[in-house]
Amino acid sequence: MFNLHYQLERKTIGLVLGIIVVASIGGAVEIAPLFTIHQTVEDAPEMRVYTPLEIAGRNIYIREGCYACHSQMIRTLRDEVERYGPYSLAVESKYDHPMLWGSKRTGPDLARLGNKYSDEWHVRHLNNPRDLVPESVMPHYSWLGRTELRSDDLGSHLAALRKVGVPYTDEMIANAKADAYGQAAPDTPYAEGVAKRYGAATNVRAFDGNPGVLTELDALVAYLQILGKLTDAAHKPVAAAGG
Amino acid sequence: MIAQLTKYERQLALFILLALSLCGFAMAVAGRGDPLGVHGAIVLLAGIAGAFGVISGYYAPEPGEDRLDRYFDDPSRMGIILAMIWVAAGLFVGDWIAWQLVNPDLTFDAAWSSFGRLRPVHTSGVIFGFGGNALIATSFYVLQRTSRARLPDQLSPWFVLLGYNLFCVLAATGYLMGVTQSKEYAEPEWYADIWLVIVWVTYFIIYLRTLARRKEPHIYVSNWYYMAFILVVAMLHIVNNLAIPVSLGHAKSYSAFSGVQDAMTQWWYGHNAVAFFLTSGFLGMMYYYLPVRAGRPIFSYRLSIISFWGITFMYMWAGSHHLHYTALPQWVQTLGMTFSIMLLVPSWASAGNALLTLNGAWHKVRDDATLRFMMVAAVFYGLSTFEGSFMAIRSVNSLSHYTDWTIGHVHAGALGWVAMITFGAIYASVPWLWKRERMYSGRLVEVHFWLALSGTVIYVFAMWNSGIIQGLMWRTYNESGTLAYSFVETVVAMHPYYVARAIGGLLFLIGALVGCYNIWMTIRTADQPADERAADRPSPAIAGAPALQPGE
Repeated sequence: MFNLHYQLERKTIGLVLGIIVVASIGGAVEIAPLFTIHQTVEDAPEMRVYTPLEIAGRNIYIREGCYACHSQMIRTLRDEVERYGPYSLAVESKYDHPMLWGSKRTGPDLARLGNKYSDEWHVRHLNNPRDLVPESVMPHYSWLGRTELRSDDLGSHLAALRKVGVPYTDEMIANAKADAYGQAAPDTPYAEGVAKRYGAATNVRAFDGNPGVLTELDALVAYLQILGKLTDAAHKPVAAAGG
Repeated sequence: MIAQLTKYERQLALFILLALSLCGFAMAVAGRGDPLGVHGAIVLLAGIAGAFGVISGYYAPEPGEDRLDRYFDDPSRMGIILAMIWVAAGLFVGDWIAWQLVNPDLTFDAAWSSFGRLRPVHTSGVIFGFGGNALIATSFYVLQRTSRARLPDQLSPWFVLLGYNLFCVLAATGYLMGVTQSKEYAEPEWYADIWLVIVWVTYFIIYLRTLARRKEPHIYVSNWYYMAFILVVAMLHIVNNLAIPVSLGHAKSYSAFSGVQDAMTQWWYGHNAVAFFLTSGFLGMMYYYLPVRAGRPIFSYRLSIISFWGITFMYMWAGSHHLHYTALPQWVQTLGMTFSIMLLVPSWASAGNALLTLNGAWHKVRDDATLRFMMVAAVFYGLSTFEGSFMAIRSVNSLSHYTDWTIGHVHAGALGWVAMITFGAIYASVPWLWKRERMYSGRLVEVHFWLALSGTVIYVFAMWNSGIIQGLMWRTYNESGTLAYSFVETVVAMHPYYVARAIGGLLFLIGALVGCYNIWMTIRTADQPADERAADRPSPAIAGAPALQPGE
């Protein structure tokens, strides 16, 4: 064996091919089957996609690096289920490009945050976390409420997501900007389109308390309020959730 | 710099820089109103500045044919300087955000200064800025000496080094503007990723071309590791960064993968960035600088073969241990755990090989802080690979995951192993590269060593404590069978350890600044007798006795 290596290490191309072959096996065995084995992701036919406003909020969550301190993955451990809620299923992040499971909990897990607190709580908490939780070490995000949301390109965002596999319809893409506005402006004609395209259960509210202007705070709160709510598969008995 | 290029290379450099400027201009125009536009302006400025630099030296006399009798070390010198700049910046940001966790108001009323945006500046700054530049600089140095061949030309090494630093600048400035893919250690967006692929392919071609002209029949073990680092990082980078941009005028892109497949791909990447960037590359460094500095041959050639192929094969299976108890199928978690534990064998083979090489040279370890940096690095390598295998066990991971224990583990590896071996290699190379007899101050190397070691130990102990305490508090039940602590109570309990961690980090930062000063003074001080190192040439027969190579 060592004699063989004695020859191999005299050939650049031999070493190069050896490294490529040896290093490819692990990933091929562990990753490729995840795309083909059906049980990997549960079925949740009623699961809805993110609205344009929620996508914009999700992008702010990514932009600000929230994932560095908050996970969105409740593990199958008793204390986690009792602290946060039912453990996370693979299907719940099926439309998450990329996933935000996270790797560190400097703050608590957020996988089941949706509808746990009021919009007003989130607005005050994001503006200055220590107003509500004096011991918190979270940064404040007071500029979100005074920054207008860029919404003119949300159609292109939805179209890009469709290319990677999220089932957005032409109608959703065409109305993305209006739907983003409508979701934060109840009692306007735009709001009805949101309910029509994304379901009657969609949160349509002035998330930041100011219906006139669409801010980044609207988007982020809309996203935080939908976490864990795209499907209720995790709340069903295991047998029913399995695919 | 320009004087070392041939006429043809100067023309080619101008062409490349003009093409780069055009790309920057196109990005700036297409990305108006988007962070992409700012990055376009940065690329454009870099291209124009480079073009002016080339033009200003364009009519300098060409280098003579006798240059081919010497090694080409200019990019290695610049790479070491850049590495020291990045380490100072990266450690500063790291310590700043460590203090933010002590006092969250240590920030400005501006988005760029919050923890979430600065954290990737820290991680990319130290891993890619410091580590990457050190790897490029030392790999060029080691490749030439162990092959007895000069780099194939004068332009491509500069392209790799400066192009790589452009990537690092795009990454760091992008995070400050909020440009990130959110994939840990793969945060830069699609255009920066494409640029890195171009740079990386050039890097690999330099390796192939130099090895093709080597005068040594065997490829030395350092080069196996450096090649594995280059090749596998390219594989990981391309697969994990597959994404669809929103448009050619947007910095933002959406990953091709989602959910559980994305999680597995990301941690296959993430763990092997540790393996092939922070382990393979730096093992290549260790296998050259440690034996040369100790004046001893590597303890065992066979151990180095076993550990090389073991690391290359097994690491690629280990990524799923980042996803224990998650929605990832159990069979993948189990495979990841199994291979992580087996990884201890090749890891300790390398650590043991390094430490046993020092047998007969321990008196040098006592007297020479540079060699002691490398020795301590090997010890920390052994410790943190043991800890890594341990933490990959599913039941241990249930406690450690999501806590500061992971942060402690990472820093035992990053500060104790990666940074220490790099500082050792840099202190060894600086006098060689700048033709000095020794560093400006041996005592300052000693000061740096003790600051680095004490900083690392304080940091790691603080994080072990905070991680294990928080993990236990999360799962503590009271007598009535309910959870004993609210989340915020566990945050409060972290406070003293966060103070200790920030102090440890500060000590490490001060040590690095001492190192910067010492290196700067060594470069500036020309009054030492110039050591021509006559034997340090591709054809030592011309100049006399051959320099001792570690493979001999």
